[in-house]
Amino acid sequence: MMWSWIPGNWSLIWQLTRANAFLGIVSPLIGLAISVPLGIAAARWRWFYPPVLTVINIVYAVPALALFIALIPAYGLTNTPVVIALTAYSLCIIVPNVVAGLRAVPAPVRQAATAMGYGPLRRLITVELPLAVPVIIAGLRVAVVSSISLATVGQLIGVSSLGYLFVDGLQRSFPTEIYVGLFLIIALALICDLILVGLRRVLTPWAATRSGRLPAFAGLRSRALVPWAPLGRP
Amino acid sequence: MSFFFYAWDWVTTSAHWHGADSIPQQILAQLGYSALPLLIAALIAVPIGVVIGHTGRGAVVVVNLANAWRAIPTLGLLILLAVYLGFSTLTWLLPLVVLAIPPILVNVAEGVAGVDADVKDAAKGMGMTPWQQAIRVEVPIAMPLILVGLRTAAIFVVATATIAAYIGLGGLGRFIIDGLASSEYGPVAGGALLVVILAVLVLALFALLSRLAVPVGLRGQNQRDQ
Repeated sequence: MMWSWIPGNWSLIWQLTRANAFLGIVSPLIGLAISVPLGIAAARWRWFYPPVLTVINIVYAVPALALFIALIPAYGLTNTPVVIALTAYSLCIIVPNVVAGLRAVPAPVRQAATAMGYGPLRRLITVELPLAVPVIIAGLRVAVVSSISLATVGQLIGVSSLGYLFVDGLQRSFPTEIYVGLFLIIALALICDLILVGLRRVLTPWAATRSGRLPAFAGLRSRALVPWAPLGRP
Repeated sequence: MSFFFYAWDWVTTSAHWHGADSIPQQILAQLGYSALPLLIAALIAVPIGVVIGHTGRGAVVVVNLANAWRAIPTLGLLILLAVYLGFSTLTWLLPLVVLAIPPILVNVAEGVAGVDADVKDAAKGMGMTPWQQAIRVEVPIAMPLILVGLRTAAIFVVATATIAAYIGLGGLGRFIIDGLASSEYGPVAGGALLVVILAVLVLALFALLSRLAVPVGLRGQNQRDQ
């Protein structure tokens, strides 16, 4: 470790961190904006979900580097191929969570809303979606953390991110730079994750008291909370 | 002039199919570089996952492992090892094995732990030893999820092996990395197309496996775990 490298390159590090944060945060947010209506449609019309799920599984299997490359002719060597690819992966993670969250709304709750005179749209927006928020945010957390880490692969097609520190560190055989990159990626992912946990607490104050009593495997067991099925890619 | 135009044009050029570092050779190399780490990771992760799922001990560790796993930039990890070790088998094999373990471990543990308590009691009541309960009852029931874990790891390994071309590994990633270095889009697109085809074939393989390896009585429930 050569600590003196860090203050000397502060502006570079800051610029790369911002670029990486942009790619890793904006893409899942666009993904979220598309996932919610798509997930609502898939939860409502059952026949619609299996084909969506098949497409999701296939898209999610496409290696990131290959997807970036496939988008270059259409969008050039800009941020756009990376943002589109990361948005696609985010969709794959968030859509199943939107569907699972909406399906997990207990039938009596739905019936009570109907009995109180709520129409389908009002029931969806004021009852079902708020109850699905914890599961949707769980998906968003996975999408944000993986997008931040995955954005570094964009460096291989020349899209600036903290991946620059890896590539440059290899060319100069300079481990300090690589350690700084690894640390900042993980720190950035952790900070965003904590912000989303906080957001969930604020949005769903009623859920906070219950989560403390879940058994250790509960988070894993429900497909909805930790979606391992579509997960993780370099 | 789309991606597919370039990719198809390059892949169908017959010169790329013969000689050293031709397409068939790199496909075989990619398969080897992907299968070996997956096999090692499965040999390590499946038994540990069964023990964790069966005993319920270490579940918290597994959950945290799962969360940390997603944040690790694999490119950075590969490059860090390459800077210290140069390019050797260990440089690419170690990160691929280590990073293929969490998805397998978590899904095996989750699948085994999720077996219905009544079924476990019945197995115990029949006089099965803990070993028999795990191997003959819990693992077959957990098979859909175990396969999801192996599939996730396989897809991950194929993609990472491609990126490992950047630190000198052979395989289909070579076309991409070398093409990028010499600013030729043909091999880059062709290599990317072949990687995508390979990844989809891996998916198809696991779809087939889940038909063969999942007990007949569980097949109706598969969709829940997809």
